[in-house]
Amino acid sequence: MKQILVISGKGGTGKTVITASLASLFENKIIADCDVDAADLHLLLHPRIKQRHQFSGLAKAWIDPARCTGCGECVKVCRFGAISQKFEVDPISCEGCRVCMFKCPVNAIIMKENRAGEYYISETQYGIMVHAKLGIAEENSGRLVSTVRQKAKEYAEKNKADYIIIDGPPGIGCPVIASLAGVDLAVVVMEPSLSGIQDAQRVSDVAKHFGIRVACVINKYDINLENTELIENWCRENNLPLLGKFLFDPLVSESIVQGRPLVEYCDNDVARQVKEFAVNLKRFLSF
Amino acid sequence: MIISFASGKGGTGKTTVAVNFAIYLSQHRNKSIEKIFFLDCDVEEPNAGIFLKPKIVKIESVDIFIPRVNLELCTFCGKCSEVCAYNAIAVLKNDVLVFEQLCHGCGGCSLFCPTQAISEVPRQIGVIEKGRSDRIEFAQGRLNIGEAMATPLIRNLKKLVLNNSKGSIFIIDVPPGTSCPVIEAIKESNFTVLVTEPTPFGLNDLQLAVETVRKLQIPMGVVINRSGDSDNLIEEYCRKQGIPVLVRIPLNREIAHFYSQGIPIINVKEQYRDFFAQLVQKILENMSHQTIIDIEEV
Repeated sequence: MKQILVISGKGGTGKTVITASLASLFENKIIADCDVDAADLHLLLHPRIKQRHQFSGLAKAWIDPARCTGCGECVKVCRFGAISQKFEVDPISCEGCRVCMFKCPVNAIIMKENRAGEYYISETQYGIMVHAKLGIAEENSGRLVSTVRQKAKEYAEKNKADYIIIDGPPGIGCPVIASLAGVDLAVVVMEPSLSGIQDAQRVSDVAKHFGIRVACVINKYDINLENTELIENWCRENNLPLLGKFLFDPLVSESIVQGRPLVEYCDNDVARQVKEFAVNLKRFLSF
Repeated sequence: MIISFASGKGGTGKTTVAVNFAIYLSQHRNKSIEKIFFLDCDVEEPNAGIFLKPKIVKIESVDIFIPRVNLELCTFCGKCSEVCAYNAIAVLKNDVLVFEQLCHGCGGCSLFCPTQAISEVPRQIGVIEKGRSDRIEFAQGRLNIGEAMATPLIRNLKKLVLNNSKGSIFIIDVPPGTSCPVIEAIKESNFTVLVTEPTPFGLNDLQLAVETVRKLQIPMGVVINRSGDSDNLIEEYCRKQGIPVLVRIPLNREIAHFYSQGIPIINVKEQYRDFFAQLVQKILENMSHQTIIDIEEV
């Protein structure tokens, strides 16, 4: 079983559109959406939720005003500036370290469970999909990503799936690191803008840092052919296989509006390029 | 005054709108504005510098403090690992392991160690780079490769707001998403501009961003980027929610091309300049009365 993660560093380069097309083109797979902050894959794959599970983040501090003597010890030890001068905890700043609770001389502080989000096991016409929704303004998206990954793996093993196809989050921090852990390949979606290149290179470095194999695709490559050439050279110099190049086409946007995977919505040049990429990818994974 | 540019979804044009807004303000600024600061708080993938091309004059290290255990003083009692909420420290029979990447730097282990065997040492997670781009004071955070925690870097960048006078305008480029780094970047803003695109992805993520900004009770408005035939998708939602649409920037290949080269569109065409004139005007109209007085003369 192979796990394929689609990432990009920069947001909006086409990760979800490409993931949805892979979901349509690959056989016998489990699908996972690890962009738990702003999940969009469901808008193309239309999952029917079969199981809904609570996800608890780290418990956060709460100060019982009836017990609090106002000694101020908690304010002094909190490194996150989460406790006000009136001895109220700001749950957004609190990182759940519990130092205040241990320090409080009158046991006025308790840790309250924090429902940080939900995750779902769903059915789609393309197979089982595991996805999630992080609560607004919550932390710990990395842990929720790990939960989604864990569940996807359980179902993949149970169903003897050949692939897990994972839509990744933007950036290079905590949720990306959790998405990368133990995948067989990270497909980095690059776009030929200076921002797109810089961001894709940073996230490729992160993948390398954790010993994960990287392959690239260039989306909207005709927006700037000079930059596309820069990317091609960079891939060559760094020994990164370039598995696909896709044209800029307004029909891609239209396929999103219609809520369908691109390769099913149309059969034009860009759709053919994505299909070709899927073939290249399968071949590459079998080596 | 702080104006932040956020989106929920990545790649909708936050940086484009924020950068051009900053340039517009810097070119039309009068004496009531002391300084214009641009803070790139997308520390995982900072891109504003590509467009503003600042001259960086100062680089500061951002560290978090992680435990270092003096094994000669340690009695292996296990207190440190008991108090650690992040499983970042493990006590064995005659050794103590610290998992640096998991440590949040809360200081609990050293505080509660009964034999004072734990001291704290700095570990760099990223840098803050400061400089100037024409008439804009520029600062960006840059998270080191392999580091997980963006929030401490953002917190550090935002110290610039505290350390400068209220007569300045701070323009904040916010990372995508809705979780802790976003909150850290947005909070204390006087106004948040949400940049979206007229697709179901754009709408879905805009809704999440709106909930986030509401939770922080910050006034907001929407910019529709890559505007075109499907705008009603966003407009209808904004109407129902009572959120003003501030400006529409059309979907066009020329804009995408200038973007790809790192050229701010405001310097390209009069028509593009007008988008940002309108944006400034609309933000002023939609801010609370109190804040309008502060910058009325812009």
